[in-house]
Amino acid sequence: MRRYRWLAALPTLGMLGGLPFANRVRPYVAGLPFLLAWIVGWVIATSIIMALIYRLDSTRDADAALTTPVDRAKRP
Amino acid sequence: MTPALGIIIGVFVVAIALGLMARRGHVMSLEQWSVGGRGFGSVFVFLLMAGEIYTTFTFLGGSGWAYGKGAPALYILCYGAIAYSVSYFLLPIIWRYAQAKKLVSQADFFAVKYDSRALGVVVAVVSVAALVPYLILQLKGLGIIVSEASGGIVSQQVAIWTGSAALVGYVVVSGVRGSAWTSALKDLMILVVAIGIGVYLPLHYYGGYRAMFEAIELARPGMLTLPSSGMSPAWFISTVLLTATGFYMWPQFFAGAYTARNENVFRKNAVMLPLYQLVILFVFFAGFTATLVVPGLKGADVDLSLLRIVERSFGSWTLGVIGAAGILTALVPGSMILVTAGTILAQNVFRVITPTASDRTVSLVARSMVPVLALAAVLLTLRGGDTLVVLLLMGYSLVTQLFPALLLCLGANPRVSAASVIAGIVAGELTVVFLTVTSASVATLLPAAPQVVKDLNVGFVALGVNVVVLSIVAIVTRARALTATAPEASA
Repeated sequence: MRRYRWLAALPTLGMLGGLPFANRVRPYVAGLPFLLAWIVGWVIATSIIMALIYRLDSTRDADAALTTPVDRAKRP
Repeated sequence: MTPALGIIIGVFVVAIALGLMARRGHVMSLEQWSVGGRGFGSVFVFLLMAGEIYTTFTFLGGSGWAYGKGAPALYILCYGAIAYSVSYFLLPIIWRYAQAKKLVSQADFFAVKYDSRALGVVVAVVSVAALVPYLILQLKGLGIIVSEASGGIVSQQVAIWTGSAALVGYVVVSGVRGSAWTSALKDLMILVVAIGIGVYLPLHYYGGYRAMFEAIELARPGMLTLPSSGMSPAWFISTVLLTATGFYMWPQFFAGAYTARNENVFRKNAVMLPLYQLVILFVFFAGFTATLVVPGLKGADVDLSLLRIVERSFGSWTLGVIGAAGILTALVPGSMILVTAGTILAQNVFRVITPTASDRTVSLVARSMVPVLALAAVLLTLRGGDTLVVLLLMGYSLVTQLFPALLLCLGANPRVSAASVIAGIVAGELTVVFLTVTSASVATLLPAAPQVVKDLNVGFVALGVNVVVLSIVAIVTRARALTATAPEASA
């Protein structure tokens, strides 16, 4: 099971779900109006979340490749 | 000759040379021409996939929206990020199937999955109907950029004819490899240009970002947030979801995924691309700066805001570099469109009509379609009236109608019959045409609905019709199939 893959839904839910509340000019964040900062923040978060999923997937794929069916059968 | 024109011509020549050189060392079979022999690594696939976000639309239209509409423009940043996060899971599935079945087009995917040549033809027709207007949009942008940047020395007509001729040349010779090579040059120039002007302009005119946004908020209250009706949060959310749905339904990006060497390419790209598309933010900054610095542009002229503020702020050299980058944003998507449309017409229409045709003939037909398509696009660009605008608006909605059919066939076997998805697609497309021609919105269709519903993107209506028709036909055909097989089963 790769339940962590559900994290990929987070950007869509966060970015769009929070939009009605984020639809404001103040407070400014890093010089940007709040709505703009909100969206930019989520776009950056998308990359970070996808990087996390990619790392987790890569380690699991590597594990799966190392353990052949024979190895798995030998396990207690 | 001004320095600007010199730079534009120089970059144009380099781009064509790159496009032609891309062929070296490869025998151009259809598989090589259409999908690069399925041998592209992360970088080339990255560049092709990033092609969607840096077209003339983002360059001129993105800044134009920021200039004319303000906050609603931000939807462009959102749908890309969402589509890329989905691509991590979606593209490997598509790629694996395409690799196993040696597919070269999006229409192939549907035709083989549903085992229906008729569906292939339907998807092919939809694809070409959406692609040609998209090509026209690129050519229009090219004309505007070159004539503005050359200070009117080169007319739009001359720019469009010259650009198209060069495009046809390198597309016929190198196919999708030409797109990949020229897109390397394009992305490099766009990065430098977009970040350069996006950082410089706000600092130069206002002294800082916050100062700029405060000045805009003071002069145009409400421009930096979504309004409570019209382009409201409901409009924004529904538009982002609809556009993210249609994103990979564009035939050139769907088939662009076939070019990858392995499926890990998509996973890496899904990490990088959301971050990469933030470059659009800098294009917005330029548009926002223009709001108060070059005010007064109305209607279609808002798309000129980027070029106008650049003309005002920089010398001829910089204008030339920006004009050259603008040309590349038209040439690269244009070349991908021509490769895709040529492949589709040859593989999914010509081959169906002429089943005995050899691979060599199909490949030849694909390439001979390129000048034909380009000529049609040029003539429509130069003569197009209002009908053209209608076509352009429809493009995204047209391809989005393919989404239910894709979703239902991602498993090992399609969940419904080919007849039902054909019925759904045709019904959806007819709805799109009707809605666009009558310029309907949810507000005009349901005048009594609450504001939140009224602001929803009207594209969902067509998608809804599509799904309903698809379901009805699926239930009817399944019931028939059951009654037809029942006696055999009992015997």
